[in-house]
Amino acid sequence: MPLLSVADLHTHFPTPQGTLRAVDGVSLTVAKGESVGLVGESGCGKSTLGKTVLRLVPPTSGEIVFAGEDIARLPAESLKPYRRRAQMIFQDPFGSLNPRHTIESILTAPLYVHGIGDRAERQKRVAAIIERVGLPLSALSRYPHEFSGGQRQRIGIARALILGPDLVICDEPVSALDLSIQAQILNLLVEMKREFNLSYLFISHDLSVIRYFADRVLVMYLGRIVESGTGADLWARPLHPYTRALIQAIPDPSRRRQAAPLGGDIASPQDLPRGCRFHPRCPIATAVCAERDPALETHAPGHQTACHHAGQLTRPPEA
Amino acid sequence: MTTAAPLLDVAGLTIQFPTGTPVIDFGFAVAEGETVAVVGESGSGKSLTALAIMRLLPRSAKIAAGRIRFAGRDLLALPEPEMRRVRGREIAMIFQEPMTSLNPVLTVGRQIAEVLRLHEGLSAEAARTRSIELLDLVRVADPHRRVDDYPHRLSGGMRQRVMIAMAVACRPHLLIADEPTTALDVTIQAQVLDLLDRLRRDLGMALVLITHDLGIVGQWADRVVVMYAGRRAEEAEAGILLDDPLHPYTRGLLAASPRLDTSLHYTAGPLREIPGSIASAIAQPGCPFVPRCPLALPSCRLKPPPLEEVRPGRFVACPVTTAGERADAVAVGR
Amino acid sequence: MAIVELAPEAPVVAPAVGTWRALRAFLRNPAAVIATLFLLLVTLIAIAAPLIYPEDPLSMVARPFLWPGQNPKFPLGSDSLGRDVAAGLVWGARISLVIGIAAMALGVTIGIVVGATAGYFGGRIDDALVRLIEIFQTTPSFLMLVVLVAIAEPRVESITVAIALVTWPTIARLVRAEFRSLREKDFVTAARGLGYGHARIIFIEILPNALPPIIVTSSVIVASAILMESALSFMGLGDPNRISWGSMIGAGREMLRTAWYLTLIPGIAIVLTVLALNLIGDALNDALNPRLSAER
Repeated sequence: MPLLSVADLHTHFPTPQGTLRAVDGVSLTVAKGESVGLVGESGCGKSTLGKTVLRLVPPTSGEIVFAGEDIARLPAESLKPYRRRAQMIFQDPFGSLNPRHTIESILTAPLYVHGIGDRAERQKRVAAIIERVGLPLSALSRYPHEFSGGQRQRIGIARALILGPDLVICDEPVSALDLSIQAQILNLLVEMKREFNLSYLFISHDLSVIRYFADRVLVMYLGRIVESGTGADLWARPLHPYTRALIQAIPDPSRRRQAAPLGGDIASPQDLPRGCRFHPRCPIATAVCAERDPALETHAPGHQTACHHAGQLTRPPEA
Repeated sequence: MTTAAPLLDVAGLTIQFPTGTPVIDFGFAVAEGETVAVVGESGSGKSLTALAIMRLLPRSAKIAAGRIRFAGRDLLALPEPEMRRVRGREIAMIFQEPMTSLNPVLTVGRQIAEVLRLHEGLSAEAARTRSIELLDLVRVADPHRRVDDYPHRLSGGMRQRVMIAMAVACRPHLLIADEPTTALDVTIQAQVLDLLDRLRRDLGMALVLITHDLGIVGQWADRVVVMYAGRRAEEAEAGILLDDPLHPYTRGLLAASPRLDTSLHYTAGPLREIPGSIASAIAQPGCPFVPRCPLALPSCRLKPPPLEEVRPGRFVACPVTTAGERADAVAVGR
Repeated sequence: MAIVELAPEAPVVAPAVGTWRALRAFLRNPAAVIATLFLLLVTLIAIAAPLIYPEDPLSMVARPFLWPGQNPKFPLGSDSLGRDVAAGLVWGARISLVIGIAAMALGVTIGIVVGATAGYFGGRIDDALVRLIEIFQTTPSFLMLVVLVAIAEPRVESITVAIALVTWPTIARLVRAEFRSLREKDFVTAARGLGYGHARIIFIEILPNALPPIIVTSSVIVASAILMESALSFMGLGDPNRISWGSMIGAGREMLRTAWYLTLIPGIAIVLTVLALNLIGDALNDALNPRLSAER
């Protein structure tokens, strides 16, 4: 049984311009110890999906089964045990730490709220985690603004791990950081995963970061999963034209001054195209794509895609 | 290497603030029609350099030394009214954040027309016609309709296209793009870079691409200047720099970047990382990279290493790696 | 894993948000320092009133209409009933400050509770509370004040409550706006994700970040509460058993042509105190707003 199993999840928001279908029928699983990558562009709903799984945003419909229990239907008051087991690391290392609190109180409060340990025990745990994420003990008495972006992200990681969770949702944890710092944080996340046997849902817009970090990759476009498979499969044989375009859009010296792989803009989730959501931008779209919405189907073991023409896309992108 | 005088020549540039000196003895040159990338992380001083060229530095900043020559003129010596004519007309600049760079209460057509009327003295009607042409040039779909839209109606990529349209409205000789695609999605980023490169060719501009992304450099730049803590660490042709980086910082960046090596996976081992952060460069009497450098010698801590031209057009500020390079050169009889 | 040294990211100037930085900025403002010293003096005088003038300031102790300086025993003169103006001024400071501060404290408390609840929970709760705020704000506040005091007995307590009732909507609106923007911040999302209760998130996570504008507005509210009390007393709606600056002006009003000092002296006291509070408010605004002070 997977640790997390999401089925047909919808998260819709009412807006003056109509219903915003941020997450529109997503199913996914995360096994114990697995690192699942979720890649997509801004507005595709990946962040909302992560927040819905943590019940930070209310789901409209669907199931979120965590360790055998459907979290989607729990009343808000009963979520506390779940909060201890599922945590989040945020993108913005500046906005995600309360500027008015010291690092010590930021890290002690979760233990206090969940009634873990006595004063001495809590102090011990806080000291252990801050050193574990690579910061000196003197950091505890300081305020967030005294740290650089990379150091703040370490604090954010410490806060997410202090309760000893099983599942950590990483929402673009390195995209606000400089390249020289990104590798430090990614390596730290890998070490933490090994040490605490964590499962990750790793959300990023950057396919190469996902490629490094994920055992399995989900590609999201306008509220739906359009392709899912192992990183290696996806990289070598992307079935969906959108995945292919994402791979080709990564700047690469070997493609000097090559034209952009994909034209057009991502459609508004308030005004979804008919048929396949990707068809207005798709280079291989045909009449059927404007008519029927393709379902997510298995094309090879462990490799699924939602595309009417998935079979016709056997050429590897590098060729 | 260019034999003719370069279009833009920045030399010995030092920018001082009351709190520190973020740009020290920095320089680079751009030939006509060339794309030069200035690469560095935040805090490296790359954006300040761009602002210095435009003479748009904040009031508290002071150019303590150096010169900036553009098309035969000394920009630092120009009186302000003349500089205003250079700005936008001969050198244009676009920024990272297309959201805040556009005025939210004016239509995009008005904003482009404003530039044209100011610099070219066009009539309102002619400016509007030209705005539509420009929107078409930057590949905004349906320009006749878009010209009357307000910025908030446009996507991030669209807004950046409008910014580019305003920047190239007067056919500048040089376009400085400061992280033009950092706020954009990958597929949109590819479109915008593609557009910039097309415009460079079609309008005969030179392009200074300020970025932190080595992937972009490899794909779009002719030459690269790597900047670290306000100094030039390395400069070379783009292909050469990526294939054979000489400065330990450039090497570290390339190794730490997951995107350029697709065989990496976390199960196979950690990414190579550069320890510490750029903040450690403050108050280093020697090489600013010393606290993070795996190759540092005691002598590196004493004074900043000079920038040496190890081969024509190939500059490196690292005595440790260039010593090896020079030995190689001797060995193969170059 | 290397221990990274704790240096702030260098040339990127991060505005410090510390209390010390704000205090230093405040102390660099000379007007604010003078205003604070003046207010401290007024507070000291108010506290020491029973020591300076042990007798009831309402008792008739002198010949009526003594001009200031005429009799060294009564340096500021006496009024039409022979009451000591200096004693009235000192005891009046007590009433003005007590009512000003107490009304502010009560009004700010109500405002924070209502504003925080509306801004944090949003939705229907917000709609209902915003209606309530609007009802209070669209009623002319002084008229409401007069009616409230007229219904209740004019005593210090009832006047304080009445002033608090007309001032809280200002704070509530401000707090609501702050909470609405702060509740979207990632650190609040993180707090929810960690299972913190609503009370903890409201008072420990969000409120400290919303305090600077509340503090600024509070000082101005003390000033306006003093003005309101004076106006009520001037109209004879003050506590008849206590002397206040407003009631002194009210009593001296009819002798404005002959004994204008009876109006002028308490008037100056009100003007200076209110001015000091407003200056402090301005200075706090500059000191607590890092963006403004970072521009130097």
